[in-house]
Amino acid sequence: MSHATLAAQFVADDQRAHWHDQALWFVRAKRDKMAQALPEWELLRETAAQIKAHTVSRLADYLEQFAERAESLGVKVHWARHTAEHNQIVLDILRSHEVTRVVKSKSMLTEECHLNPFLQRHGIEVVDTDLGEWIVQLRGEPPSHIVLPAIHIKKEEVGQLFHERLGTEKGASEPKYLAEAARRKLRECFMRAEAGITGVNFAVAETGGFVVCTNEGNADLGVSLPKLHIACMGIEKLIPRAQDLGVFLRLLARSATGQPITTYSSHFHGPRPGGELHLVLVDNGRSDLLGSDEFRRSLNCIRCGACMNTCPVYRRSGGYSYAATIPGPIGSILSPARDARMYYSLPHACSLCGSCTDVCPVKIDIHHQLLTWRREIAARGLLSWHKRLAMRGASFVLRRTWLYVLLGKMMRGVGPWLPRWLLYSPLNAWGKQRELPTFPRRSFRELYRNQEDGQRDRLGRPPSVERSP
Amino acid sequence: MSNKPRVGLFIPCYIDQFFPQVGLATVEILKRLGVAVDFPEAQTCCGQPMANTGCNAAARPLALKFFEVFKKYDHVVCPSGSCVAMVRHHYDEYLEGEPGFEELKRNTFELCEFIHDVLAVRQLEGTFPHRVGLHQSCHGLRELRLGSSSEIVGESYNKVRALLASLEGIELTRLQRPDECCGFGGTFAVSEEAVSSMMGLDRIHDHEQAGSEILTAADMSCLMHLDGLIRRQHKPIRVMHVTEILAAATRDAVRIVPGELEPSTTVP
Repeated sequence: MSHATLAAQFVADDQRAHWHDQALWFVRAKRDKMAQALPEWELLRETAAQIKAHTVSRLADYLEQFAERAESLGVKVHWARHTAEHNQIVLDILRSHEVTRVVKSKSMLTEECHLNPFLQRHGIEVVDTDLGEWIVQLRGEPPSHIVLPAIHIKKEEVGQLFHERLGTEKGASEPKYLAEAARRKLRECFMRAEAGITGVNFAVAETGGFVVCTNEGNADLGVSLPKLHIACMGIEKLIPRAQDLGVFLRLLARSATGQPITTYSSHFHGPRPGGELHLVLVDNGRSDLLGSDEFRRSLNCIRCGACMNTCPVYRRSGGYSYAATIPGPIGSILSPARDARMYYSLPHACSLCGSCTDVCPVKIDIHHQLLTWRREIAARGLLSWHKRLAMRGASFVLRRTWLYVLLGKMMRGVGPWLPRWLLYSPLNAWGKQRELPTFPRRSFRELYRNQEDGQRDRLGRPPSVERSP
Repeated sequence: MSNKPRVGLFIPCYIDQFFPQVGLATVEILKRLGVAVDFPEAQTCCGQPMANTGCNAAARPLALKFFEVFKKYDHVVCPSGSCVAMVRHHYDEYLEGEPGFEELKRNTFELCEFIHDVLAVRQLEGTFPHRVGLHQSCHGLRELRLGSSSEIVGESYNKVRALLASLEGIELTRLQRPDECCGFGGTFAVSEEAVSSMMGLDRIHDHEQAGSEILTAADMSCLMHLDGLIRRQHKPIRVMHVTEILAAATRDAVRIVPGELEPSTTVP
């Protein structure tokens, strides 16, 4: 289904769509406050963009350096070309340790690879330990937002879910009470887990270490109790130096949730004593983006979600309307890169307002890349036939001034006489909730010519615009 | 008069056909500011609808036509930020390297930008005793940078607002979301009708709570969309293009800049 269809379903519940819009606008407003508090904000963004551009320009070298340093710290490094390889590597590691119960902190990469269902199919229990992610997992849903996975769910609905699944009091929806219930249940999962899986926010080439950012400390707990830690990262997560973290950590939480920094920014340098640390580096289409002049900058993305919070379309259409692992503006660039046929409608799910580009902490020109994707969609013949035909027809007319003038005159002449049922037929999507502009008797060019010729009406005024009622 | 720069008037196709009063107001205000304009009749459309749909092959001949029509002018002025953004930021693909193209790009201006930056007029003498809500059309704001956007940290400025604010008696209303998109977005308005209309209604509600009596913008396309929603719901808000306000407000005023000026024509 196209984005427009799914979005219309979300918008149909006007109250809920507005609630969703306001919840995310609140986060965007918090972000503004935090950003405004740093006079050097724009310098930080520019620096981050340059560091990313630099890293990506010699990614292979940095990856080699990183892997070498990480191995020297005792990390076991694995390379995966695509999702299937990634999932198999993770499964093999778990099997070699006879693990059947895993806790996992938030990682969009493992969502991208659909790791959970894969492991479950192979008899391994996976519990997502980020509260929001656990809620969507209990509901059997994917996250609807990359930072706020359960932003589409109301607290009353969480209360009902917990009542059914955890036996909390019926009708209880007080966040503190529900969080406490979740904490007790999750604590059991942590205690039982034989391995912890995490994502990676930043990997540092010069040290071989990496950083995982969470607000709940669930990543730390998940890898501190079991002896086995598997970290999964996309190859674009690399930065050259430890000091570069000072740039990115300041941008990440401010952009994501309007916090000065995430509650936990945990640095990992090799396995803990007596434990094992595996790192799976995944390409899965990233090197294709790296090879593309147009879309390379999308690899700058640090998955902060700010483009979703600011996007006027995302806020009103909900994360699921994108039907993709990463929804919203940045997802509408990344998803068609994986499968243009499946995600052809996403680059058009955008009014080209450019707010995402201005909010992006790593200065990805998101709305221009979406425009470039529209060109790709059309060039690959994936644009709907009626849009293509309409644009070709319009171009044919507009190339010929005389034809444009003639058709304009005809339209303005006939328009006012058309019955309303015809003008506002179901084919007219514009007219579903909007009136069409009224038809002026004369065009600007006609009026301008009359005016320049010195024409005046009875009262000595220049010709005026007469409109159909 | 002969050594005055030649100013070509670029009137977007939909303004030509549906909103001629906006074109006339543009001529009027420019004349009042001492600028003689020329309207080359061969012009049609800049090609933005085709380009924004990804149909670049359909947009290309229109970009070439635009270039042929307007390359002879010292300045090109247009009452639409979106169409100017098309020329300035999206024509490279069709015209890069063409002699005269860089000059055309540099010299094509949105009307308020032209008044504010080229004519360096920051203060208009005129009266407009109304409560006016300014809608910041996205392409003017974030592509042409006619004002600072709420996402960017730095000095706050706004060329359109500055011109409006200079009018006597005008009251500019305070919005809760000062630069959120109205949801027009070209073909987006039709292909994503549900989201587009919701976005438009949300903007209108913001203007209602702010008490805007007139809703204005530097782009008629946003206003066409908002006006369509307003008229369907019979809301007591009117839309006016910024140019219409500037022209109407200065109609009875005395001369604004030194130089040759038309005697002000008073409409009874």
